[in-house]
Amino acid sequence: MSASRLISESSEWTFQMLERYNAVIGQIAGNDFGLDTYPNQIEIITAEQMMDAYSSVGMPLGYKHWSYGKQFVLTEKNYRRGQMGLAYEIVINSNPCIAYLMEENTAMMQALVIAHAAYGHNSFFKGNYLFRTWTSADAIIDYLLFARNYVTECEERYGEETVELFLDSCHALMNYGVDRYKHPAPLSLGEEKQRQHEREEYLQSQINDLWRTLPIKPTEVAAEEARRYPAEPQENLLYFIEKNAPLLEPWQREIVRIVRKIAQYFYPQRQTQVMNEGWATFWHYTLMNRLYDAGYVNDGFMIEFLQSHTSVIQQLPFDHPYYHGINPYALGFAMFSDIQRICQTPTAEDRHWFPDIAGQDWLKVLDFAMRNFKDESFIAQYLSPKVMRDFKLFAVLDDDVQEDLEITAIHDDAGYRRLRLALADQYNLGSREPNIQVWNVAHRKDRSLTLRHTRYHRRPLHDSFQEVLKHLHRLWGFTVRLEAVDENGKVELVGECPQPKGR
Amino acid sequence: MATFIDRRLDGKNKSSVNRQRFIRRFKNQIKKAVTESMNGRSITDIDNGEKINIPARDLSEPVFGHGPGGRREAIHPGNQDFVAGDRVARPPGGAGGGGAGKGQASNSGEGEDDFVFELSREEFLELFFEDLELPNLVRTQLARATEFKSVRAGFSSAGNPANIDVVRSLKGALARRLALAAPYTRRLREAEEELERLLAETPVDEVRAKGLVEEIERLRARARAVPFIDTFDLRYTNRVLQPQPTTQAVMFCIMDVSGSMDRARKDLAKRFFTLLYLFLKRNYEKIEVVFIRHHTVAKEVDEQEFFYSRETGGTVVSSALQLAADIMRERYPISSWNLYVAQASDGDNWHHDSPACKDLLLQRIMPLVRYYAYIEITPDRHQSLWEAYEEVKAVHPHFAMRQIDGLADIYPVFRDLFKRRVS
Repeated sequence: MSASRLISESSEWTFQMLERYNAVIGQIAGNDFGLDTYPNQIEIITAEQMMDAYSSVGMPLGYKHWSYGKQFVLTEKNYRRGQMGLAYEIVINSNPCIAYLMEENTAMMQALVIAHAAYGHNSFFKGNYLFRTWTSADAIIDYLLFARNYVTECEERYGEETVELFLDSCHALMNYGVDRYKHPAPLSLGEEKQRQHEREEYLQSQINDLWRTLPIKPTEVAAEEARRYPAEPQENLLYFIEKNAPLLEPWQREIVRIVRKIAQYFYPQRQTQVMNEGWATFWHYTLMNRLYDAGYVNDGFMIEFLQSHTSVIQQLPFDHPYYHGINPYALGFAMFSDIQRICQTPTAEDRHWFPDIAGQDWLKVLDFAMRNFKDESFIAQYLSPKVMRDFKLFAVLDDDVQEDLEITAIHDDAGYRRLRLALADQYNLGSREPNIQVWNVAHRKDRSLTLRHTRYHRRPLHDSFQEVLKHLHRLWGFTVRLEAVDENGKVELVGECPQPKGR
Repeated sequence: MATFIDRRLDGKNKSSVNRQRFIRRFKNQIKKAVTESMNGRSITDIDNGEKINIPARDLSEPVFGHGPGGRREAIHPGNQDFVAGDRVARPPGGAGGGGAGKGQASNSGEGEDDFVFELSREEFLELFFEDLELPNLVRTQLARATEFKSVRAGFSSAGNPANIDVVRSLKGALARRLALAAPYTRRLREAEEELERLLAETPVDEVRAKGLVEEIERLRARARAVPFIDTFDLRYTNRVLQPQPTTQAVMFCIMDVSGSMDRARKDLAKRFFTLLYLFLKRNYEKIEVVFIRHHTVAKEVDEQEFFYSRETGGTVVSSALQLAADIMRERYPISSWNLYVAQASDGDNWHHDSPACKDLLLQRIMPLVRYYAYIEITPDRHQSLWEAYEEVKAVHPHFAMRQIDGLADIYPVFRDLFKRRVS
C-alpha cells in the first residue's frame, strides 16, 4: 500500500480533500462500475441549515406553510435533546443532483456521504423507471420556485390565512393527487408560466359548461341523470377537483395543481424506499471498500466507516423495545448484496430459485434490477431464501374475525413464497393506502360528490376520514359523500359532509 | 463532474417564517398552555423560554388511512421459536404490538403523545403580555432627560475620516477632473484630428506635424497633471441628533411586609409584582420603578431588597402612602411623568389608620396618579382597609381593587387589572 495515495489522515476535512475524494470516487463509480449519474452539486451546510432542509421535506425551496414550521419545531426539539442524529444526508432528485454535506461531519463521513448520495442515490434517480417516468429532474427546481412565488403572490392578494387554509385542504388529499398510470408531460418554467395564464382564463368556461343551467327537455333530463359523471372512476382526486370543482377561483385551481405536482414528484420516492436506500448503501459500501483496496484510505478510516455502516444497516428483532418495523436500509442492502452473491457464487438453491441471474455478470443484473422495479416488484422478484433466513422473517396474520394472531409462514421451505408475497404486498402502495376514487357527481341534482372506498381485506378507514371529508368539502363546495364497497360489492355510506340535518 | 458550494454562510433561518406561522396558527392552544404553565412555576424564572404542550390531535394533519380492523398479514424480522401455524394472543392495546405492523400504531387513536416544543423567551413574553397595556398612558411630554437619536442629514465637506462617503467623494473627484481637464482635452482632440489630416496629405508638412506632436505631448501631460483626488473632493456623511420623545412612567410598588403577611401571602404578592415588573420593562421604553415596603414604618428599597429581604412588625399602611406621596412630589412632577401605583396587602391594618389612608389617597395621591391598583391577598372577609378603599373607588374610576385567593388567581387578576382599554 503506497502511503502517498492516502487522501486523508485526520478526521478534519478540507475542500481540496473533498474534491479529491469526489474525483476518486467518481472515477471508480463511473469507470469501474459504470454508474450513470447526473452532474453533482455538493453543498456544504451547517447543522442549522440541515434542520431547515429536513423540515421542508427535502425540497430546497418550498412555499410557506405552518406544517413545515411544525416539522421544524419537531426536528429542532429532537435534535436539541439529542434524540436524533441529524440526517445522514439529504439528496435532491434534480439535475444537477444536489447533495448536502454537513459541516460537522468527519472526513470519513463526508466521503461516505459523497459515495452514498452523489453516486448511489444520484444514479438511482437517473436510472429507475419510476423516476424517469414521473419526475423531471431538469425542471423541478424551477417548478418549486414558480410554486413558491405563486403562493406568495396569492397570499399578498387574498390574505395569508385564506391561502393557508386552502393549502391545508389540499395537503389532506395530497396522497390522492397522483396519477399512477398516465404519463405527465415534462414541464419547463417558461411553459408552465404561460400555460398557467392560459388555464386561468380557460378553465372557468370549461366548468361553467358542466354546470349549465339552460333548460333541457324532460327526456334528456332522465338520460342525463342516469349518466354518471365521471364516466370512469377517477383515482386522482386533486386533479378531478382542479378540473371540475364548481366554485373554485382560478388561483385556487392553480394551488391545487401545485400541490398535485409536488405530490407527483414525491410519488416515486414513496414507492422505492427499500430499493433507493439499499442501492445507495450497497454502493457506498462497495466504493469505500474499493477505496481501501486501492490504498486511498487507511485502516482508521475503514474502521470508522464500518462502525457507521453497520449501525445504518442494523435490523432490530421484532421483540426489541426500539423495534420500528423493517429497516429499509438493511433490507435493501441485504438484497442488493445478495444479488451480487447469487451472480458471483451461486449455490444450488440460488440456481433453483434464480436460474436467470445465477452466475451472470453481477453489474448488469444489478443495473437491470435498479432500473426496472419498485419496492413491491423488486421484493417479489429478488427476495431470496437466504435473505429471509438471515432476517429470520415470519408472517403474522391479524384478522379481526379471529381471536388470536396466527403465524402463517416462517423462513422455511414451506414459507418462502408466502413470506415473499406478503412482504411485497406490505410495500404495495395500494395496500398501504386506502383505495379511494371519485365515483359520481350529481351534476343534475345537488352537485354532491361521491367517493368510493374499495376496501382491501376488509380494512376500514381510520377515523380521521371525517376531517378529510371536511377538507374535501371545502374544496368541492357542495355535499361530499364517502361510500365503502366491500369484497362482495355491497355499498354502504360511511360519511357525509356537511352532516345532513336530523342526525 | 461535481461542483462544491459552500453554503455555510447563507442564512440559516429559512424555516423561521414557517415556525412563526405555526405559532400563529396555534395561538389559542399555545396561549392556554402559557397560562397554565405560569400557574405551575415560580415567576422568577420567567426570563427563560417555556416548554409548551399541545395535545397532538389539535394539530394533526388528517389524511385518509387505514384504521385498525380487517385482515392484514405483516412480516417481522428476528423470529426465534415460532413455527407456521402457531397462534399467539393479541398483544394488549389492539393495534400496538406485533399484529398491526407498518408503524401505524402511532396513528391509531389511543396513546397519542402531546406535542411538546419550546418557545423562546421573546415569544413567551409576547404571548404572555399580549393585549395588556398600562391604562391611560399618554405621550404628553417630551421627556425630561431627552434622548437623542442620530439621523442622517445629507453630506458635509468636513468630518472625521470614518465618515467619508467613498462613492460621493469619488463622484466629486470625477466631476472635478473632467472640468479641470476640459480645456486641454478639447484642444487635444482638435490637435489630434489636425495631425491625422496632415498625415493623410502628401507631401506631409513635417514642421507643422512635428509642432503638433509636441503640442499633443504637452497637452496630455497637462491633462494628466490634474490630481485624481483632492481634499476638496472629500464628502462626509452628515448626521444630526434629533430629540426623541419618550414616554416616561414611574410605577410605585407598595407591599406590606408586616407580621400579618405570612410567607405564602408574601410569595403571592411577590409574584404579582414580578409580573408587573417584567411587564413594565417590556412595554415601555423609559420606566422607573419605586419599591416601597412597609410594616409600621415605610421604607424605599431596591428591587432585590423589596422581594427578598424579610422584616416583620405591625401594620400601618398610611406610612407607605405618605412616603409614596412625598416621593411623587419631590421626584416625579406630573408634568413629565405618568404615575402608577400598585399595592399589595393582606388587608390587615391598624384600625384607626384606615381613614387616614383614605384621606391620603383622596387628597394627595389620586389626583396625581393615572392608575392605582390594589390587590388584597386574603381568603377571609375584608377588613377596614378594604372598606376605606371602596370609598376611594367610588370617587375615582382609575382606582382598581381586586382580591386574590391563591396562586391560580394571580394571572387572571393581573390580566384583568391591566386589560387593554378600548378607547
